[in-house]
Amino acid sequence: MSRAQAGMIRFVCWLAAMTLVIVLGVAIVFLCRRGLPIIDSRLLFGDTSWWLAVSGQRPVWDGLWPALAGTLALVLLASVLALPVGIGAGIYLAEFARGKTKQLLSLPVELLAGIPSIVMGLFGFALILLLRRSIFHSANTSLLLAAAIIALLILPYLITTTQTALQGIDPGLRLTGPALGLSQSHTLWHILLPAASRGILGGVALALGRAAEDTAVIMLTGVVASAGLPSGLTEKFEALPFTIYYFTAQHTCSRELDLAFAASLMLLLLTWSLQGSALLLQRTLERS
Amino acid sequence: MGRGTKQKTERSATFSRWRQPNERLLLAGLRSCAWLVALAVVLIFLFLLYFSLPALRPESLKTLLNWHWRPYGGEFGILPMVVGSLLLAVSALALAYPLGIALCLFIHGLGPRILRRPLRLILHLMTGVPTVVYGFIAAFLLVPMLRQAFHGSGFSWLAASLTLSLLILPTIVLMLNSQFEPLRARLETSFVALGYSPEQALLQGILPLARQGLLAAAVLGFGRAIGDTLISLMLAGNAPLVPEAPLDSLRTLTAHIALVLATDAQSSTYQSLFVCGTILFGVSLLVNLSLRRLTRSILAPESPT
Repeated sequence: MSRAQAGMIRFVCWLAAMTLVIVLGVAIVFLCRRGLPIIDSRLLFGDTSWWLAVSGQRPVWDGLWPALAGTLALVLLASVLALPVGIGAGIYLAEFARGKTKQLLSLPVELLAGIPSIVMGLFGFALILLLRRSIFHSANTSLLLAAAIIALLILPYLITTTQTALQGIDPGLRLTGPALGLSQSHTLWHILLPAASRGILGGVALALGRAAEDTAVIMLTGVVASAGLPSGLTEKFEALPFTIYYFTAQHTCSRELDLAFAASLMLLLLTWSLQGSALLLQRTLERS
Repeated sequence: MGRGTKQKTERSATFSRWRQPNERLLLAGLRSCAWLVALAVVLIFLFLLYFSLPALRPESLKTLLNWHWRPYGGEFGILPMVVGSLLLAVSALALAYPLGIALCLFIHGLGPRILRRPLRLILHLMTGVPTVVYGFIAAFLLVPMLRQAFHGSGFSWLAASLTLSLLILPTIVLMLNSQFEPLRARLETSFVALGYSPEQALLQGILPLARQGLLAAAVLGFGRAIGDTLISLMLAGNAPLVPEAPLDSLRTLTAHIALVLATDAQSSTYQSLFVCGTILFGVSLLVNLSLRRLTRSILAPESPT
C-alpha cells in the first residue's frame, strides 16, 4: 500500500467522522433552538391550573400533560407486564436451560427482537379483530392492549441483558452459595441475582426507553390525538411520540407545531437519560 | 476447551437439582416464562397467516399482485409497496454502509486516540434517538432544504433514505465494532511484529478476516431499515407508486400498514395488510436466521492465522 493510498483512506475516515458530527450537531442545535424557548410554565398544562390538570378535574387543551401522562402510564403498565416474564425467562435461559432446549428457546427471543414494531402492532390489531368475532363484540384497541404489545416488544431486551449479566458472574462466586450450605433457590436469590443486579437494571432502563419511544405499535393499538388523561385500561390514550407524529402531519396552528418541538425535545431527553443510566450501570459493572 | 468443561461442572454443582416443592414451583414458573416467549412468536406468526389466508386464494391473489392500489376501485395491489420498501432499504444501506465502515476504521486506529471514545459515545447515544424524532427533525430541517434546492414537495425517497441511513448507521458500526474488537485484540501484536502500518493492518489484515462480520453488519442494517415505519411514513410522501427518481414519492410496506389502518378503519383492505405484515415477518425471519449463521461462525473458536 502506497503512502498516498494510506493518506487517502485516513482522509476518508476523517471525512466520515466529521460529516456525522456536523449532521448531528446541526440537527441538535435546530431542535434546541426551536424547542427550548417553548419550555415554560404553560408547556405542560396550557392555561389550566396545574393542580386541576394533574388531578384530572379539568381537561388540558393547550399543553403536553395528557400525552406525557399517557406515555408514563403506558411505560409503567408495559413494564409491570414485561419485567417478571423477561427477567424470569432470562434467569431460566442463563441458569437452567441446557443443550437443545437452550438453543430451541433462545431462537424465539432473537426472532422477537427482529420483528418490525409495525408487525407487532398489526398482531395487536388482529387480536382485537379475533376477540370481536368471537367472545367480546365490543372489544376495541386500548391502553391495555397497547401496553401488552409494547411489553412483548421490550421482552427481548430484558431477557438478553438478564442472561448476559448472569452468565458473566465469576464462577468462583457461584460456588459461594453451595459452600455456605445454601439451598439452590437461596443461592440464586441472595448471591447470583444481587451480583447481576446492575446488568439487569441496565437492561430495564434500556427497555423502558424503548417502550417510551415506540410509535408504530401504539398507532395500531389505541393511541389517539385527543383522549385527555388516560382514564382506564380499556380506554384510548395519548402519548408523546404519537403527538409528535400527529402534529407533524397536521398542525392547525403554530402553537401545535411548537408543542411538537417541545415534545420531541422531551422524548429525546427521556430516552437519553434512561440510556445514559443504562450505560453507567453497565460500565461500573465492568469495572468492579 | 478445558476451561469450558470446568465451567460446566461448576455450574451443575451449583444447581444440581431443585427438590423442595416451593423450589420446584419457582423453577416451573421460570420455565414457563421462557416458553411464553416462544409461544408469543408462534402466535404472532399464526395470527398473521390466519388473517392473510383469505387474500391468498387464487382469485384474490390476482388483485393483490398488482401494480395499482385503488381500494375504492377494488384494486389492492401491494407490489409498489414491496418495491418501495426494497428501494428505500437498499438505498439507505448504500449510504450508511460505506460511512459505517469508515467510522469503524476511524475508531480502530485511523483516528486520533482521544477522539475514539467520544465517537463511540455519540454512536451509542444515536441508538437511543426515537425514530419519530429523527423523522420530525428531518421533516422541518431536511425537507425544506430539499424543497428549496430541487422544488417539489421535498417529501421524497431521497429525504427518507438520507434520514434512514442515519438511523441504521450506529447499528452497522456497533456490529462491525463487535467483530473488529476480538480480532484486533488477538492480532495486533502480530501486525506490529510484521511491521504493518495501522492502515495496512486494518485494510489488509483485519478487514479480510472480518468478512462475515461485514456481511452480518449489512444484513442487520438492511433488517433495521426495512422494518422502520416512522421515517418513511413521515418523509417519503407515501404515494403508492414506484418512484422513478430520488425526488419522487414512495410508499413502504410498513408505512402502508400504518396509513391504511389509521385512516379508513372499516373496509375489506385488511386482508392485504396482513399479507404485507406476513411479508415483513418473513423478511425479519430471514434476516435473523442468516445473522445467526454469520455471527455463530465468527464466535466459534478458530486457530489464529
